[in-house]
Amino acid sequence: MLGTALMISLGLIVAAMAMNIVRLAKGPDVPDRLLALDTLYVNSIALIVLLGLWLNTKTYFEAAILIAMLGFVGTMAICRYLLRGDIIE
Amino acid sequence: MTFTLFAEGVVAFLLVAGGVFAFTGSLGMLQLKDFFMRLHGPTKGTTLGIGCILIASMLYFTVTQREFHVQELLITLFLFITAPVTGHMLAKTGLHMHLRFITDTRGSLPELRNEDVGQNRVARPAKARHPWRTRRRSLGKPRLPR
Repeated sequence: MLGTALMISLGLIVAAMAMNIVRLAKGPDVPDRLLALDTLYVNSIALIVLLGLWLNTKTYFEAAILIAMLGFVGTMAICRYLLRGDIIE
Repeated sequence: MTFTLFAEGVVAFLLVAGGVFAFTGSLGMLQLKDFFMRLHGPTKGTTLGIGCILIASMLYFTVTQREFHVQELLITLFLFITAPVTGHMLAKTGLHMHLRFITDTRGSLPELRNEDVGQNRVARPAKARHPWRTRRRSLGKPRLPR
């Protein structure tokens, strides 16, 4: 039961990441691409956690929390740049 | 035995629910019409989906290794705090850049006051505009009042 649920969840997350990449490629404006990148890192955290469940290890937990923090900081930095023309003023 | 089976069912349900929520959020981001609609999917659906998956992982490691693993709760808390902040900043960026929106997406612009954006107009970054693409114009309100 758990293996089947894991496979279903992995497939759905990978499909979601593929749709994010499609939006990243064809997004008409810069904030669309930024939103696609934001969703892409959130989905990659989910993928890493599912990999840890699959391999039954907690090694990849630090990678997940690093991606979470750096992704948030990166999104904030690009938002600041688009909004004010500068990141740290 | 029964408890293990019950925990396994809960973990499987949370995994599938998280996958479905993340898929729905990304599908909304791919399919909806303008940027302000597309912002809704990832900021709600995907955040809930990854919360479900992280709680499933926490339950799984707590049951199998017979000790508490609450580290996943840290990522969940962090994402649940930062997702509204990211959505707010992205919406503000979209309003600032005068993105096109369909006329059903209405609303005034209460957040970009003069004290927020400075007295002078902020220099926009140069837009790479394709020659065959039509000129950017907002269909609803033409310009925001300053």
